[in-house]
Amino acid sequence: MTLPADKKKISIVCFSGDFDKMVAAFTIATGAAATNREVTLFFTFWGLNALKKKKGRIATGKSLMARAFNFLMGGMNNLPLSRLNFFGASPKLMTMMMKKHNVATLPELVEAAHALGVRIVACEMAMHILEVDRSDMIEEVQDVAGVATFLNDSEDAHIIFI
Amino acid sequence: MMKHFLDITRETCPMTFVKVKLKLARMDAGEQLEVLLNPGEPLENVPRSCEEQGYKVLSNEPTDDNKHLLLIEK
Repeated sequence: MTLPADKKKISIVCFSGDFDKMVAAFTIATGAAATNREVTLFFTFWGLNALKKKKGRIATGKSLMARAFNFLMGGMNNLPLSRLNFFGASPKLMTMMMKKHNVATLPELVEAAHALGVRIVACEMAMHILEVDRSDMIEEVQDVAGVATFLNDSEDAHIIFI
Repeated sequence: MMKHFLDITRETCPMTFVKVKLKLARMDAGEQLEVLLNPGEPLENVPRSCEEQGYKVLSNEPTDDNKHLLLIEK
């Protein structure tokens, strides 16, 4: 996709993988993309969980450690609230509250981000450590990249770390 | 000419201008979009973000029930 040279750019590093922080990342990403900015979401470490194709708890990977980590962390449906998680009950309660107040839920924000052409990039190193393959991730992942590529792509962008 | 309609009075930020943007993206150049929106954040952001992207805001009228009707041309 060719873009005008003066287009404003935002890169968001999705590190934490917390439910509420992922809502914040996707809210900023969709808001920025809808106001004509070029947006990249770079998922690393715990953030990778949000990109897994299987949204529940699946033992992905080859080694015992990686399989245990991936099973315990789960996917998009298991993202914990950064505070008051109450063993996973709070994200579900929070989603109910969001719906009650007509605020877009996380799946709705993710769908909007894809529709708006937000670029999704997965961190190669984190994938390597956690033994998550590209085939384990959603099709919307456009690139698997390292920090040098991310920094090059984000040279004239605002970088937000969530 | 084809005229589209979008009611974003039950949406909140950022879906107010996200839905307008996605609707406009699916329209052809020259088509018009009527948007029903609330005063406050949507009224500030929707016309501005449309104009920033080169769309024409043809009219912006308050309705009888304290909402606003915006007419945008792609």
